[in-house]
Amino acid sequence: MSLLSTAPRLLVDVAPRSTWKSPWKRVTVIAGMTVTSFWLVVLITLSWWAPYKPLDAVGGRLQAPSWHHLFGTDALSRDVFTRTLYGARQTLPVSVGVIVCAVTIGTVLGSLAGFFGGWIESVVMRLVDVTLAFPPIFLAMAVAAALGPGLQNAFFAMVIVWWPIYARLIRGQVQAVKHRDHIQAAVSIGATRWRILRKHVLPLSFTPALINATLDLGQVVILTATLSFLGLGAKPPSPEWGAMITDGAQFFYQWWVAVAPGIAILTVAMSFNFLGDGLRDALDVRAKR
Amino acid sequence: MPFLLLGIVTIAFCISRLIPADPLASIVGVRQMANPTIVAAARQKWGLNGSILEQYWVFLKNLVRGDLGISFRTRKPVTHDLLDRLPATLELAVGALVVGGVGGVALGAYAASKKDKMADHLSRGFSLLGSSLPVFWIGLVFLFVLYARLGWFPGPGRLPPRTKPPGHVTGFYTIDSLLDGNFTLFRQCLWRLVLPCFVLGWAYMGQLSRLVRAAMLDEINSDYVRTARAKGLAERLVMRRHVLRNAWLPTLTILGFSFAQLLTASVLTETIFQWNGIGSYAVQSANTLDFPGINGVSLFAGLAFLLANLATDVLYAVADPKIRLA
Repeated sequence: MSLLSTAPRLLVDVAPRSTWKSPWKRVTVIAGMTVTSFWLVVLITLSWWAPYKPLDAVGGRLQAPSWHHLFGTDALSRDVFTRTLYGARQTLPVSVGVIVCAVTIGTVLGSLAGFFGGWIESVVMRLVDVTLAFPPIFLAMAVAAALGPGLQNAFFAMVIVWWPIYARLIRGQVQAVKHRDHIQAAVSIGATRWRILRKHVLPLSFTPALINATLDLGQVVILTATLSFLGLGAKPPSPEWGAMITDGAQFFYQWWVAVAPGIAILTVAMSFNFLGDGLRDALDVRAKR
Repeated sequence: MPFLLLGIVTIAFCISRLIPADPLASIVGVRQMANPTIVAAARQKWGLNGSILEQYWVFLKNLVRGDLGISFRTRKPVTHDLLDRLPATLELAVGALVVGGVGGVALGAYAASKKDKMADHLSRGFSLLGSSLPVFWIGLVFLFVLYARLGWFPGPGRLPPRTKPPGHVTGFYTIDSLLDGNFTLFRQCLWRLVLPCFVLGWAYMGQLSRLVRAAMLDEINSDYVRTARAKGLAERLVMRRHVLRNAWLPTLTILGFSFAQLLTASVLTETIFQWNGIGSYAVQSANTLDFPGINGVSLFAGLAFLLANLATDVLYAVADPKIRLA
């Protein structure tokens, strides 16, 4: 039994509980789901109903919002509303991709480190420490600048910045789980270490990573837009939210150029925050209220 | 600690060698490449004739002397540039920490005391907004509404247009103007800090208030709070003297992390508010592919982050009597 008493405390236990007690939770989770599905639907069906093409010059340049152009037109006479909708096709897949890659790399390295320990653990965790020692934006900026601007390079830069967070998280979880009784039982019936890791340890360790991934998705959306805003992400003609705000900053008094993309980023980031919070409450016994 | 330091330096070195350009060209600048004496001197100084390990060693030696190379853009030593711009960023960061820290603790405590009432929802919404807003966008919105349209706040920049900066003593315009005895300028500088500090501090405020709220709700259920209430202490005093006293400690733990976020956001705030600090230096360097500049800034940011984390540990030990420094 000494094994149990020395085991680190588990962050997450399995018993789910009701998320729906407080009105705040109800409203925010529903809002998060609604907004996320709205953007998903936009993303998929956009090409059938969008009023204009994102790169076409329509009407005059820098026109104020009107019925023809809901959010006005930009300096190259393009419809801001259309471009904002198309922006979802740039930012959302990139953000989801970053998180998926970061979680995958982090899970693989983190679980190896936590489960096998020894030199693997030392190498992985030192790498994690060093990467996390940089404030993310500076590392991302340096990498993006070194690789050259472009959405693809911004993608790599963000994966480099983000994977260590998950590696650390998963490692802690794996360490906490691997001393549990059912693992001992699996060892005693002769299961291989790989099988134990895959079938018994990982499923119990993955929940916090899932919660964090949802919460982080909003942050990655913001970081993607940030890198583009700084000129290190999407290149000019493509309708990316951050790059559109850069245009807006240049035509400061034509406020409508930057309004729509800003609202888009805000709604997406906020709804992922809501969803992540809701998910944490639904899965995590330790979360308070 | 020493390991992390070395790690940061190593990564900065790797990034500088990862650049798809001749490192020599990135040290002396493309235009100087035609000049054989300069090229030879730079080769010598940065040990570019040797193997990658030797180069690394020379990089370390130059670093210890505080030599980060010459920026292509400003044509001055990067170290000099960074030190020159540090006060501007610090002024902004301190202001934001004050706004975020005070605002966050107050907001979190208030929300906890009004749990599940309208005020609670509003303050939670406000803090959530802070962490979901793109800093560069809300900065623009504030500037447009509060400066261009309403004229309540001054525009971007550290000084009013066509104003001479105060005599250079510390580099902090607020302190320097006071040293000059120029109170009008001091007021103007301070007033110009308000908007950028709020924009920068908002995200921090949001995070802090969530943490404080959760910690307070934890403490409210404990026995000593019940005792305090049972002996008839006013609810206000219970909250302030007992609950908040214990609940604000965890906020120190996110200080290091928040500092990193602050640095991140300062890049954007400085760009929007035309603030001549480290953040805008980083952006300008990245956009002009000024590699010594980028490298210097990321190294600097890594070191600052490291120091912030160290300070967090020390502060925590000082503030929490339960922890003793070994």
